[in-house]
Amino acid sequence: MVDLSVNLCGVTLQNPVIPASGTFGFGAEMAEIYDLNVLGSISVKGTTFEPRFGNPTPRIAECPDGLLNSVGLQNPGAKVVAEEEIPNLRKHFHQPIIGNVCGFSLDDYRACCETVATEVEIVELNISCPNVHNGGMAFGTTPDGAASVVKAVREVCPRPLIVKLSPNVGDIVSIAKACEEAGADGLTLINTMLGMRIDIRRRKPVLARKMGGFSGPAIFPVALRMVYQVSKACRIPVVGCGGVASAEDVIEMMMAGATAVQVGSENLRNPFVCKQIVENLPSVMNELKINKLSEIIGIIE
Amino acid sequence: MRNEEVASKIFRLELAGEIPQLAAGSFVEVSVGGMYLRRPISVCESVPGKVTLVYKVVGKGTTQMTKLVRNDVVNCLLQLGNGFQIPESSRKALLVGGGIGTAPLYQLAVELRKKGVFTTFIAGFANQSEIFYQKEFENICDKTYYATMDGSFGHQGLVTELLPECDYDYFYACGPTPMLKAVTAAIATDGQLSLEERMGCGFGICMGCSLMTAHGAKRICKDGPVFRKEELVW
Repeated sequence: MVDLSVNLCGVTLQNPVIPASGTFGFGAEMAEIYDLNVLGSISVKGTTFEPRFGNPTPRIAECPDGLLNSVGLQNPGAKVVAEEEIPNLRKHFHQPIIGNVCGFSLDDYRACCETVATEVEIVELNISCPNVHNGGMAFGTTPDGAASVVKAVREVCPRPLIVKLSPNVGDIVSIAKACEEAGADGLTLINTMLGMRIDIRRRKPVLARKMGGFSGPAIFPVALRMVYQVSKACRIPVVGCGGVASAEDVIEMMMAGATAVQVGSENLRNPFVCKQIVENLPSVMNELKINKLSEIIGIIE
Repeated sequence: MRNEEVASKIFRLELAGEIPQLAAGSFVEVSVGGMYLRRPISVCESVPGKVTLVYKVVGKGTTQMTKLVRNDVVNCLLQLGNGFQIPESSRKALLVGGGIGTAPLYQLAVELRKKGVFTTFIAGFANQSEIFYQKEFENICDKTYYATMDGSFGHQGLVTELLPECDYDYFYACGPTPMLKAVTAAIATDGQLSLEERMGCGFGICMGCSLMTAHGAKRICKDGPVFRKEELVW
């Protein structure tokens, strides 16, 4: 009998598989498709203090081994998330829930965190959304900016605080270290990479907002590299995210240094993928002679 | 399975398998080799065990779909979207289709006929070479009218120019957005419109195809693709 459990910032997860924020809604639609209780946790849709409709459509563009999105943090606002969406998810899901907190100013981030944090087991601070002006990524692309928002939210966050970082930076390690020093309990790497597509027949960008976040298997090597670099440089746990689509990918991410692994884009084309990964992990572990999954975290020197 | 060109760049794909009866106006997400995302295609005809999709070749994904041959296995997500709802009070229906948007109106026409509703069908195409299912619609609808932009078949001009000839108490429309707007403006009765948008998932989790309506933000894939006229704020 293999052991899939991991400990993420003091919270025990029955397995490391977590649907990534923005690719699973608030779980209600997915609960109609399968029993979510097989999952380690769920990172729910990115939440802002005020409700947001998001960006104009088209918001989605096909790419080689991935997609672009420019959704722009569409969500019903922190109050509805805390009072309706998360309690509704609890009816179907009896494992730890990760709240994903976004904002446009330090006060905004704090207000959102104060509203959502008590309803979840872990707070994921999104300072890396490329699809909103002045939001998220504006804080997430410099060490000082990242540290300022982590400090501000840390003061009002009663839960473990993990910070989701942007790959659209020159030196990921310096930003990760700044977050750790500012009080982060963990890090999620990576959010989407800024990308663009053009419809050559119409001579227009495919996305109404021109640019959007690139995700999918194409970015897996970039995510893996950043997980590796950051997990070596920091003491706090890292959650690997970016292009994960199989049990083998989960194990690869963990060997690179991830304590848990998020699955994003793949949910959009295969709604069963997270369940399938959890089901496939034991046989892949047996094949690789892994008895306890947590023992492989960061084994690559 | 069959996959054949039925008009210029318009293909008819017939799939068999574990398929329930699918609602008129619902859609299928088709996994296509070499493409990351599935392609959302509306249901044209459905009986238990079989579904017919009529699709237009517009890019790499739909070009790839044309290469499907008999005995290929196609992975699809079924029963997506809400579909058309036929109000009991309506006895005379008008179907307005534009281009490939006429495809989902066929299954609707089948259901209207079963209910004994008098059905008028108006379709607009760029030219005669794009017209598909003409015989099928003529067989199942009480009246059919065609408009083409170049006048190569039927009335030369827009579908809205044919509306005064029609007798109806309710309408259903699917086609390009400018046509849907023009139809909504020209028709006084209630009705339902089926919209399209580039989609990520097709089942309501990614917020890729959102639409602001009179009743707040809706997802075209999950809350739609069919919306009542009064919900839409153009």
